[in-house]
Amino acid sequence: MAKEMEINMENTTFKDIEKDIVIETKKNPTIEIKGVKVWYDDFNAIKGIDMDIKPNTVTAFIGPSGCGKSTFLRLFNRMNDYIEGFRMEGKIKINGNNIYKKKVNVEVLRKEIGMVFQKPNPFPKSIFENVAYGLKIQGIKDKIFINERVEKALKQADLWEEVKDNLKKSALTLSGGQQQRLCIARTLAVEPSIILMDEPTSALDPISTAKIEDLIRELKKKYTIIIVTHNMQQASRISDYTAFFYIGDLIEYDKTKTIFTNPAKKRTENYITGRFG
Amino acid sequence: MNNIQKNRLKNQLFKYWGIFCTIIGLVLLVVFIGDILIDGLRRIDWGFITSLPSRKPEKSGIYTALMGSIWILLLTTLIAVPMGVAAGIYLEEYSKKSRLAGLLEINISNLAGVPSIIYGLLGLEVFVRIMNLGASVLAGSLTLSLLILPIIIVATREAIKAVPSSIRDASYALGASKWQTIRHQILPASGGGILTGVILALSRAVGETAPLIVVGALAYVPFVPQNPMDEFSVLPIQIFNWISRPQHGFIENAAAAIIILLLITFVMNGIAVYFRNKWQKKWK
Repeated sequence: MAKEMEINMENTTFKDIEKDIVIETKKNPTIEIKGVKVWYDDFNAIKGIDMDIKPNTVTAFIGPSGCGKSTFLRLFNRMNDYIEGFRMEGKIKINGNNIYKKKVNVEVLRKEIGMVFQKPNPFPKSIFENVAYGLKIQGIKDKIFINERVEKALKQADLWEEVKDNLKKSALTLSGGQQQRLCIARTLAVEPSIILMDEPTSALDPISTAKIEDLIRELKKKYTIIIVTHNMQQASRISDYTAFFYIGDLIEYDKTKTIFTNPAKKRTENYITGRFG
Repeated sequence: MNNIQKNRLKNQLFKYWGIFCTIIGLVLLVVFIGDILIDGLRRIDWGFITSLPSRKPEKSGIYTALMGSIWILLLTTLIAVPMGVAAGIYLEEYSKKSRLAGLLEINISNLAGVPSIIYGLLGLEVFVRIMNLGASVLAGSLTLSLLILPIIIVATREAIKAVPSSIRDASYALGASKWQTIRHQILPASGGGILTGVILALSRAVGETAPLIVVGALAYVPFVPQNPMDEFSVLPIQIFNWISRPQHGFIENAAAAIIILLLITFVMNGIAVYFRNKWQKKWK
């Protein structure tokens, strides 16, 4: 049954190709950012950024509030498209395809590039429905397939043991940390290859934070992860690469070890040692 | 008296003024309902509800007017609810913020405040004369639909606005289209609010008199409408008609019909409150 579903899903993708450009990201996606500038009306939020993000790594975006790192993160799954006054220049190429070309199928793109938000935002539905939602909106109806995927995703997010007997319960009854892991499971269920995380632990207590960090380390094996964080220790603990942003510019981007032990720019050093920001 | 005492006194004064104002409203309502009940309760029986109107007050009933009101209510619901909800969704979710959208918004709010008789005149010209529908149930329903459309649009928009944007983000981020997000997340989450607005709008429609008189609803109908093109009367017009008669019996009839009309609107408002509470519980 599961096999049949796979074929079906491929058919949908094929149909979409006839109309739209579908961004394929399966396995070791390369991400190239070229000359990206962003405006909100007259406000120049991002002033021209070039960078490459390595596959199957964790890349941390750090920088003071308002430096544009969240805006930058939301460019990768085109979540800024809905914001009034948003305007963008430059290219973001995933596996060589510019995702900002006119005919790109944004829905398929977002299936390939998952996102976890700052505040846990489960749907006011059951735990099961939360995880199954991404599959159901793709038109998948095969119950056995959905059950398997939901279980797999909840196990990957290290939540299965805690909720397996209560899948019908409302997701809102879970604790904040559990809700955030549910949101991660929901993202994993549609099997993306890139996961964007926008300060995923800033609303959580230290124990829940540690759990999420363990999870990120585990997920790195299969996914490319980009994480925005305000927590310097977190960046140094979990990321392989770190990018430091300041007022819409990328100041420095290097291996996390280098950034934290031997930064090239004075401004980076000042920020990570807590002298400003 | 120092400052603290003064502030306390002001606080007390305002509290008692508030209590007084609340009681005034309640007392008037109780007096009105009491008066109506004393006048009309004796007249209410099964015969009153199932009898046709007649020249003799004691034989007269509200059957045709009640059926007319139900017809109007059903047709108005069918016309106004899908249109109003769809327009509300469009304005809130699809339309781009522009000067035109702003103008549209202001005008919809303004329309909600236009006196109902104006809608009657519009209905008379457009539906009865130009579209040649005559003084039919359909023409009346269309007119009332126009009247409550702005209310439903505004209620729908308010309900949709109350849905947290984090829910939208989550749905979009999983690859849902705009319509899927509306269908699976926004409408379920705002359904209680929309339903409340719709029911309150309909309970207003059921009590409207002026626009239907202008459209040409009859004061005396010896038959129940069989299809949307039939002529009709409604409860408020029946009440208005009876009150203008000299015989005391008709005054009693009017009071009894008012009780029925009040009952209908109270029940509708009760249903609205029930759904709102039920939804709030489910969606926390």
